[in-house]
Amino acid sequence: MEHEFASYMNWIVPLIPALPLTAFLVTIFFGKWFIKEQAHWLPILAMAAAFVLSLLVWWEVRQAEEGFYVELFTWIPVGDLQVPLAFYADRLSTAMIMMVTGVATLIFIYSKGYMHGDPGYYRFFSYLSLFAFSMLVLVLGANYVMLFFGWEAVGLCSYYLIGFYYHKTSAAAAGKKAFITNRVGDFGFSLGIFLLFVTFGTLTYTEVFEAVEVEGAGTATMTAIALLLFMGAMGKSAQFPLHVWLPDAMEGPTPVSALIHAATMVTAGVYMVARSSVIFASSETAMLVVAGIGAFTAIFAASIGIAQTDIKRVMAYSTVSQLGYMFMALGVGAWIPAIFHLITHAFFKALLFLGSGSVIHALSGEQDMRRMGGLRSRIPYTYWTLLSGAIALSGIFPFAGFWSKDEILGITFKDGAYIIWAVGLVAAFITAFYTFRLIFMTFWNESRMEPEVEKHVHESPWSMTVPLMVLGGLSLVGGFLGFPPEAGVFHHFLEPVFEPANEILGIHHEAFGAIDLTLMIVSVAVAVSGVILAYFFYVRQRDLPEKAGAAAQPLYKAIYNKWYIDEIYDATVVRLVIDGSRFLWRSFDAAVIDGIVNGVGKLWEVSGAAVRPAQTGKVQNYAGMMFAGVFVLLSAVIIAYGL
Amino acid sequence: MEFTFAEQLGFRGLTLLTFLPVIGALVMLLFMRGKANAYKATALVTSLATFALSIYLAIVFNTDTAAFQFQENFVWIDSFGINYHMGVDGISMLLVMLTSFLSVIAILGSWNYVKDRELAFFISLLVLETGMIGVFTSMDLFLFYVFWEIQLIPMYFVIGIWGGERRVYAAIKFFLYTFAGSVLMLVAILAVVWWYSTDAGVTTFDILTLQDGLSGLPSNWAIWSFIAFFIAFAIKVPMFPVHTWLPDAHVEAPTAGSVILAGVLLKMGAYGMIRFNIGFFPEVAVDAIPYVLVLSVIAIVYGAWVSIIQPDMKKLVAYSSVSHMGFVTAGLFVFNLQGVEGSILYMINHGILTGALFQMVGFFYERTHTRLIRDYGGMARPMPVAAAFFSLFVMGSVGLPGLNGFISEFLVLLGVFRYEKVFAVFAALGLIGSAAYLLWMYQRTMFQELTNQKWLALKDINAREILTLVPLAASALFIGIYPAPILRFLEAPSENLIAQVEPFLAQKQSIIELASSFLGGF
Repeated sequence: MEHEFASYMNWIVPLIPALPLTAFLVTIFFGKWFIKEQAHWLPILAMAAAFVLSLLVWWEVRQAEEGFYVELFTWIPVGDLQVPLAFYADRLSTAMIMMVTGVATLIFIYSKGYMHGDPGYYRFFSYLSLFAFSMLVLVLGANYVMLFFGWEAVGLCSYYLIGFYYHKTSAAAAGKKAFITNRVGDFGFSLGIFLLFVTFGTLTYTEVFEAVEVEGAGTATMTAIALLLFMGAMGKSAQFPLHVWLPDAMEGPTPVSALIHAATMVTAGVYMVARSSVIFASSETAMLVVAGIGAFTAIFAASIGIAQTDIKRVMAYSTVSQLGYMFMALGVGAWIPAIFHLITHAFFKALLFLGSGSVIHALSGEQDMRRMGGLRSRIPYTYWTLLSGAIALSGIFPFAGFWSKDEILGITFKDGAYIIWAVGLVAAFITAFYTFRLIFMTFWNESRMEPEVEKHVHESPWSMTVPLMVLGGLSLVGGFLGFPPEAGVFHHFLEPVFEPANEILGIHHEAFGAIDLTLMIVSVAVAVSGVILAYFFYVRQRDLPEKAGAAAQPLYKAIYNKWYIDEIYDATVVRLVIDGSRFLWRSFDAAVIDGIVNGVGKLWEVSGAAVRPAQTGKVQNYAGMMFAGVFVLLSAVIIAYGL
Repeated sequence: MEFTFAEQLGFRGLTLLTFLPVIGALVMLLFMRGKANAYKATALVTSLATFALSIYLAIVFNTDTAAFQFQENFVWIDSFGINYHMGVDGISMLLVMLTSFLSVIAILGSWNYVKDRELAFFISLLVLETGMIGVFTSMDLFLFYVFWEIQLIPMYFVIGIWGGERRVYAAIKFFLYTFAGSVLMLVAILAVVWWYSTDAGVTTFDILTLQDGLSGLPSNWAIWSFIAFFIAFAIKVPMFPVHTWLPDAHVEAPTAGSVILAGVLLKMGAYGMIRFNIGFFPEVAVDAIPYVLVLSVIAIVYGAWVSIIQPDMKKLVAYSSVSHMGFVTAGLFVFNLQGVEGSILYMINHGILTGALFQMVGFFYERTHTRLIRDYGGMARPMPVAAAFFSLFVMGSVGLPGLNGFISEFLVLLGVFRYEKVFAVFAALGLIGSAAYLLWMYQRTMFQELTNQKWLALKDINAREILTLVPLAASALFIGIYPAPILRFLEAPSENLIAQVEPFLAQKQSIIELASSFLGGF
């Protein structure tokens, strides 16, 4: 039964991305000379309006099982390839746009305070708006090419925003690294799109998924498609071994880290896999790879988080790790918990970043936690909101992160994926530990600030603290969207989207039982013990970290140096590319090919005195020769036929 | 159905279009010696008029058919069957528009670039324009060859007289390569014309007549003629390994030379392949697919790889052209719609983007007198507008969706993938490569700390310079967002091209499949 959508959907759905696009265009062209320090108004209003429209879309979409499709025009028409510029608002994309526009509005407001007085103020807001546009196209696009469009466009904005302080070499390099690493993923992604088209003859979501269900394709083909697409997801969502760009991306201003590198863009890979659930469900191998990479990344990145001293880098590794949880969930077919965790994570991680930003703001730009401490009473709003984010991230009842993370762990266990469950549980322990390490090092104990910095400590303005409080509230209660576990409002809302994939996998719904309760208790206990351990290490016995570090020297060094992944890449891939380039250029292009050409040239020169003047370098002489050449050639034509 | 100029236009549109620039050049030469403002204005107006005329022709042009349009045909040298025959199909129509478009940009962009013998410089550019348009509008082999040779001479002057320090070396290299190509092409032309005249009893240079008449060509004749044509055009494209003239020519050429060279001249090679290698010898072309694809993929990867380490911005863009033109030849020879249309669109897009990149490097060079990347750094601070435009063109070249480069790259890769996955996998490495070399270059020139405090005093690009970049940026955006109007020109001729090779393709498909399965695939 086709649902009849209200006709105003035809224009509000395209309007959602169009609003921030307009804000971008106006701000970039008029910001520098006309709008200047008022540059925040239009982007904030556009974003807020987009949020309201998203709520309207939700109101419509919740009444239908299928999505709403609107086509503007044919973008790429070549033979049997007809790619329309079209939007598709189903329950999944609606959940995403509500989160994106909502979190973005808060972060835009926060940026008003955080970026105040920056010489690139208008530039910042125009890039943010362009990003919001791109992200909305990414989640609202109706086919894989639109997805790719948004995908690359968010990457572009990320590039500009990471390198926002472009005169800093480290920032400029980080932006480039992010883009190129993502390109490695996109290499696979685009091949996946090609294979999809060659296999099914279309790239429109609804048609592709129907074709997969009805006709299907060989397992090998499905596996290849899924893994190629997943390669793109690994780049965008910073999964091992393509995670290296995200920590460096912290060079960008903190609101950027919150919006792009925590809440929205980096979750695009999760969205993509969830969107393609039917494709992934058709390949056991692909599911296993997704779960495996996710679980490994979850624990791998968490381990690095223990030893970082830069407050934003801790958060960055934490994001990588949490994204790992989401893929872990996707890999065992827990589609809805993955998206649920994506949403709650957006709340509490955006909060944690913005809170860190507030700390950095208060400390005149200091990011090293070793030079913080004792801030509890100095910046209380920041402390309390950040604390609620930390509890949520640690997965402690009843905060948001508890519900979503516990659900993922619960399903992996019940699914019989015990290894993955165990890895997830250990990672949860580490998560609680590094999160509270951050809290204790930053806010507790005595101050270790530079005297000059300490004099200027101040709580942030309302434009920054209000978004913190809203996100703090969401981190506290957001989890109840998913209550009771596996059967919350959120689950019921998204169920129709994943029904086809669940059918392929043969997943059926189970009622909440004793096993779930046991698992809940276990995971809370694990999280609490992580907090307690952090308390011992960083409050009670503060010589412990050093002792532990000394006792396990090689391990500590490896963690501290991020398992040397960057160094390994530099020594292998980067070196191969650079040295190879130099070698090919000097030893092949210049020596071999040009050697031959120059040899011919020499022959030409020594072949007679007639060309002697040529060596004087008079161009006209050569031109004369050229004319002569042309003349000879043309006469040859005449002669050949004259004879 | 015949499409003659008389019915479609009522005037000799193509002749006018082709020779308008030379007429402007003559006026300048005869009446404007020493009057810099007058001859520059004349050059600009002439090129603008030519561009406007090409737009008018494109509007009148019927995109529903693959037939040649606005045809003019009359006997030139009767005894050899040489006719003055002109006409355009959708492919050449677009390339003509590109040529006249970039000529305007190049002329406006070099307003103050040359100091020495300025009049001769602008005359050279206009003569060059006539030569290039003539190449695309000729429907007679002899006429084609004449134009082909004509456009070489002003280009040679432009490099050799107004070029950089090593201009003589570059010009000689250009000459040697070109000469070799011309000789081979001439031999091939003579061969096919001679064979046809003995076979049919009439001598003709008419391209369409030969296209039909050569179907009976013995295979060894066909193969050798194909190879001769192919090498001639491969040099022009340039394909690996006959590309080494390009980096030197670009580095030494003045800005306008580089814009035209990269923007239009390289396309003449691919255009020649379409008309002659595929048009005359479809069967051989099918046999050649694997070889061409291998060479193209090598060009894509090799060009991108070598670009990374280039110390000179122009050299970097030049090597990147080798990589990009690899996409053009690859797309052309897979003989499916996405590949062929993508390939031709790629030529247009490459012309716009690389033309723009060279133009901008020229603007920077005029201010700093260096093109070495390490001399730059932090340029976004004194020149924010320039940096913004530069990033747009860089992103277009990287293939960012929303800009024109993406559409053609996507189509070509999809076309190649359809034909044989393995090639597409290697070709797609170009996606990573282009991001690597272009963004690294951009980082080291526009971003980072200022390497030279002197640069702080530099003036951002002025209104005239912006005026040359806006049309390029606008067309990059337009084609990226709404390529359909451009693709319409390509549909019929591409279908026609594929129809020519289709019978042989089907016949040889089994062999190709065998080879492919041997190479491995899914």
